[in-house]
Amino acid sequence: MNFKILTHFGRYLIMMGTAFSRPEKTSMYYKETMRQMNDIGVGSLTIVGLIAVFIGAVTAVQFAYQLDGTLVPIYYIGYIVRDSTIIELAPTITCLVLAGKVGSNIAAEIGGMRQKEHIDAMEIMGVNTAAYLIMPKVVAALVVIPLLVAIAAFVSVFGGYIAVVPAGYMSHEEYIQGVRSFFDSYNIFLMFVKATVFAYLLTSVSAYQGYYVKGGSIELGQASTNAVVFSDILILLADYLIAVLLT
Amino acid sequence: MIRTENIHKKFGDHHVLKGITTEFFKGKTNLIIGRSGAGKTVLLKLLVGLLEPTEGDIFYDDVNFNKLGKKDTRTLRMDVGMLFQASALFDSMTVEENIRFPLDMFTNMTRKEKRKRVDFCLERVSLGFVNDKYPSEISGGMQKRVGIARAIVLNPKYLFCDEPNSGLDPKTAIVIDELIKSITIENNITTVINTHDMNSVMGIGDNIILLHQGQIAWRGNNGEVMESDNEILQNFIFASPFLQDLRDAALEK
Repeated sequence: MNFKILTHFGRYLIMMGTAFSRPEKTSMYYKETMRQMNDIGVGSLTIVGLIAVFIGAVTAVQFAYQLDGTLVPIYYIGYIVRDSTIIELAPTITCLVLAGKVGSNIAAEIGGMRQKEHIDAMEIMGVNTAAYLIMPKVVAALVVIPLLVAIAAFVSVFGGYIAVVPAGYMSHEEYIQGVRSFFDSYNIFLMFVKATVFAYLLTSVSAYQGYYVKGGSIELGQASTNAVVFSDILILLADYLIAVLLT
Repeated sequence: MIRTENIHKKFGDHHVLKGITTEFFKGKTNLIIGRSGAGKTVLLKLLVGLLEPTEGDIFYDDVNFNKLGKKDTRTLRMDVGMLFQASALFDSMTVEENIRFPLDMFTNMTRKEKRKRVDFCLERVSLGFVNDKYPSEISGGMQKRVGIARAIVLNPKYLFCDEPNSGLDPKTAIVIDELIKSITIENNITTVINTHDMNSVMGIGDNIILLHQGQIAWRGNNGEVMESDNEILQNFIFASPFLQDLRDAALEK
């Protein structure tokens, strides 16, 4: 029987346990966390915003097409765009995209430091490298990724509006009526739960891939790819589990 | 002083170090020499704790390094400085930020005090006006000197140097050797250097161990190298006919 997956899981747990231990100097960790918030949050705003516009637009146009000729009121398009983006599309698609952008970046950054002996140099100085290199990234992601997802949800609803209202599928009033109908604040809670879980998964899994990289540039490339692939798989798996458990 | 007792290291079936028992003395430049694959780097990594021995103990003064918990290991490491073969300077930080990093992480010094300490260390390695440069903007020799400055910024008791002269021209290599030697004497620290540079062996070898196939094949100092009749040592140090002729000529005198 192959126990490789258990070995990885055990090593991942040990790494995360070490990563969340007491910082040597809080101010250094705070500074690093702020830097990461800027990199992950501000650095991803454009791509997240762009994707969100198209998610909303495509959802709205496709529902307009599906509802055409049915007895379902047209204002339902606004309602469907709002709920589908809040519950599913904004957290999941945003985090899948961030796994590609942020996750691969984290794996490459930490992996590069491992290969250039920067991590060894820090270890010899007495720095808890797992904590200093991983904790600020995870904490920053846990703060900014839910915010990015919230922005994505808002922008998606706006994207739906610009796709269907100017094109004449429905009026401004109908879309706004749809967006305001049947609102359940629990869905917002669900969105933030998903965003938080996905943020943790994509940063910690990517950090693991980079932290234990061995070999040269080919292995670093593989680690970066693995970071994206495993993060995506785990995000989709977690998405399903959250859906089963919380809805 | 650092002492090793019966150190063994195996990687699977490959037995790299076979019972290394030796001492590295305070205030002296202790050299680990040997051919590529002899186990020098593995021994150095064991000494600094980047690897764990399969068997045996390493003592920093009277403290058994291998029996320390994670927290105590980190505390002890604050007394350790290391110069890496490729310098291992953080490439996204400037020279000043690189040297200041241990101060930022482990001290409560003010900005002014840190600046003063960084300037002192840079001056100590004869580097001025490079504070704001990135490692990629300075030469290999300068990078080594910045590496030394970073290694000594916290006033370590133990200094480790992994191939400090690799990739340097002979003249610069001698400058680096002399710098390490003078810092060792000045601060009365235990310095361990892993090298296969013959200029280093003859120039700064206060205490030398020669590793051969995972064991200590010879030990002595630079003054004893010439007279030694140890065949492994002679084959290693005076590897080329040119060097053998030089040795014969020196002995005839």
